[in-house]
Amino acid sequence: MSLEVAVAAALFVGVVAYAVLGGADFGSGFFDLIAGGDRSGARVRTLVDHSIGPVWEANHVWLIYVLVTWWTGFPESFAAAMDALILPLLFALLGIVLRGASFAFRKYAETLGQARLFGVVFATSSVITPFFLGTVAGGIASGRVPATGREDLWSAWVNPTSLFGGVIAVGTCAFLAGVFLTADAERGGEPDLADWLRTRALGVGVVTGAVVFAALVPLTRDAPTLAEGLAGRAAPLVLASGLAGTATLVLLARRRYEVARIAAVVAVAAVVSGWGVGQYPWLLVDEVTISAGAGAPATLQGLLIAVGLAAVLVLPALVYLLRLTQSEEWTRH
Amino acid sequence: MISPDLLSLVAEPGGLLPARQQMALSLGSHIVLACFGVAFPAMIFVMHLRGVRHDDERALRLAQRWAKASAVLFAVGAVSGTVLSFEMGLLWPGLMGTYGDVLGLPFAFEGLAFFIEAIFIGIYLYGWGRMPARQHLLMLVPMAIAGVVGTYCVLAVNAWMNVPVGFRLVDGEVTDVDPWAVLFNSQALMQMLHMWLAAYMVAGFCVAGVYAVGMLRGRRDEHHRLGFVVPFAFATVAALAQPFVGHLLGDGLAERQPAKLAAFELAETTESPSPLRIGGIYVDGEVRGSIDVPVLGSVLANNSLSEPVPGWDTIPEEDRPPINLTHLSFQAMVGIGSLLAGGVALYWVLRWRGRDLLRHRWFLRAVAVSGPLAVVAMEAGWIATEVGRQPWIVYGVMRTSEAAGDNSGLWWLLGATTALYTAMGVGAAVVLRSMARRWREGEESLPSPYGPDRVDAEGAR
Repeated sequence: MSLEVAVAAALFVGVVAYAVLGGADFGSGFFDLIAGGDRSGARVRTLVDHSIGPVWEANHVWLIYVLVTWWTGFPESFAAAMDALILPLLFALLGIVLRGASFAFRKYAETLGQARLFGVVFATSSVITPFFLGTVAGGIASGRVPATGREDLWSAWVNPTSLFGGVIAVGTCAFLAGVFLTADAERGGEPDLADWLRTRALGVGVVTGAVVFAALVPLTRDAPTLAEGLAGRAAPLVLASGLAGTATLVLLARRRYEVARIAAVVAVAAVVSGWGVGQYPWLLVDEVTISAGAGAPATLQGLLIAVGLAAVLVLPALVYLLRLTQSEEWTRH
Repeated sequence: MISPDLLSLVAEPGGLLPARQQMALSLGSHIVLACFGVAFPAMIFVMHLRGVRHDDERALRLAQRWAKASAVLFAVGAVSGTVLSFEMGLLWPGLMGTYGDVLGLPFAFEGLAFFIEAIFIGIYLYGWGRMPARQHLLMLVPMAIAGVVGTYCVLAVNAWMNVPVGFRLVDGEVTDVDPWAVLFNSQALMQMLHMWLAAYMVAGFCVAGVYAVGMLRGRRDEHHRLGFVVPFAFATVAALAQPFVGHLLGDGLAERQPAKLAAFELAETTESPSPLRIGGIYVDGEVRGSIDVPVLGSVLANNSLSEPVPGWDTIPEEDRPPINLTHLSFQAMVGIGSLLAGGVALYWVLRWRGRDLLRHRWFLRAVAVSGPLAVVAMEAGWIATEVGRQPWIVYGVMRTSEAAGDNSGLWWLLGATTALYTAMGVGAAVVLRSMARRWREGEESLPSPYGPDRVDAEGAR
């Protein structure tokens, strides 16, 4: 593997990690949003707070990892994408800011009125943000980010691939979160709450799966390079994702929540990896390849050293945190 | 004073002025939160350690409250930091497209440090009552170390913008990139120390000030004494060390960035020896209203009795930073820093001689405003060094106007960001105040805000 492909792979690991871990965080906002009134929704919201409270900041850092690796490893394509996709990126950024701040504020709010305001902002922005991030992915994947200079503010992200990307991102996040929250509720000794979540997670999963299949048709016309990759090199991943997604639904239906979490993670990781493998060797599809867009070799080496350090220093700590939050001790109040 | 600057910018790319204002707003806000992120873990550690060692309930309660306050500040800091990483590309496409791979590596290591901080703050916050005491306490150590490493990395990039190294320009193309030279550039360590101490001054004086206000309102118990003395001790060490570090940082500025030094010192002509100018502004080619102390300018800037500060008139017009803003910001930083250093020295000297200034209301009032003053000094120092580097974004290599995009739509973004940051500031203030009010009323564990039934979301504690 060449140096620049290794860095691109490391960058993409960050995208997958953000999609899975950050995605589950964002999706929790969906359940917060549909939890109902103050009284009836209190238990769901308490669960959401408890599930993502310790991890959301760590999960959020994956985005920063992706941005930093991108501008360091592939600076010109970073500037090009920022230019062409400025609007959806700003909307996503707005959502990220509102969501993070209001989540922290809600936890320590003084009155119910304050908590309600912060809660609505948190939940709404959690749903909106993945949509815009999805449109960004669609814009890159469909070859709409010009290597030099954008044409207008809209065309790169208002198009079939981007819009489907946005909807699929929202659905995937909600599905992941649903599976994790159901398992959390069960582990926390609240089987009725787990049942409530299970029904909704199943619904979200079925709808998202349907949208993914429906997207395949317009994709072949709208993003031919990606579609070709998905049908060719990335086909095993697409297949694996479909199988794991179906398995998650079956496991949820049979109340095997602990195993369902793993299947759901595999499904999401596989579909996102499918996108990456599908558009290889393009960095910006049809515009810039990974090797053409790469920065200085010494910097790429440095980045790989940073990634190695991350594997030694950050990964064990992250695993420790995630294990704590998924443990019996931390789930019970 | 401002209008000539505005006029000169009219010919620049449409994105330049809004981009600069936007960066000033978001970096200026983030830097305050970053101070707490850097300094708070060590302060909490000392308090928590005291609680565990001496089985001191009061100290443990303070540590837990500080941790909750830092959770709110850290959350806002995390999102405002994300804004900055987007802005690097959105506002400065010329810089990032050209030099992204030169300056990027320190950011990658900063990302690692931030990762560690985010992971361990999660463990620490939720670890209360769920972890063995000593193990729980140890969770603060990686946070404190990561704060220092992260500060170093960010300051390494900023130092590089002042002393660009690690690449060569051949026919306008960037070649021979050495990112490690950027990470370990000659100014990085001193800049980092200066900022690190500033962070302890900001966080230390702000937190001590909160308890000083409590004492002013008559709450003179052990809780307030302890809450005052730990942050004040941190602030003391930082405030006393800061003038020396600042002086060492400035060493050699005459060679590195003569325009910045001339602006700092308001030296309109090269005088040997140069005076120290206190106050004053530069209007129509001459200095007005300054108090001049003979020779001291040469001593402070050059460690010499005769060596002059290079004059403003030796700098080509197109390479001059805004002189008055740079000069006044620099003097505000030095002035406030000296005032704070004098204040803490006075407190400890008198305490050593058996007099307790905490009994005096004037002193408590002074401590109450010391936090905001430290923030002003830090912001002023940052304005002085950043504005003093203009018109260069990368000194001597790339002008700020070349780094900005031609995107006048950024004015809209600036408006929206101003509104958003105001809302976020108000939100944080409201929440922190209501936390404090509850604690005063004796409610330790905040009830869950999610329903009228107030489900206990805080768990065991």
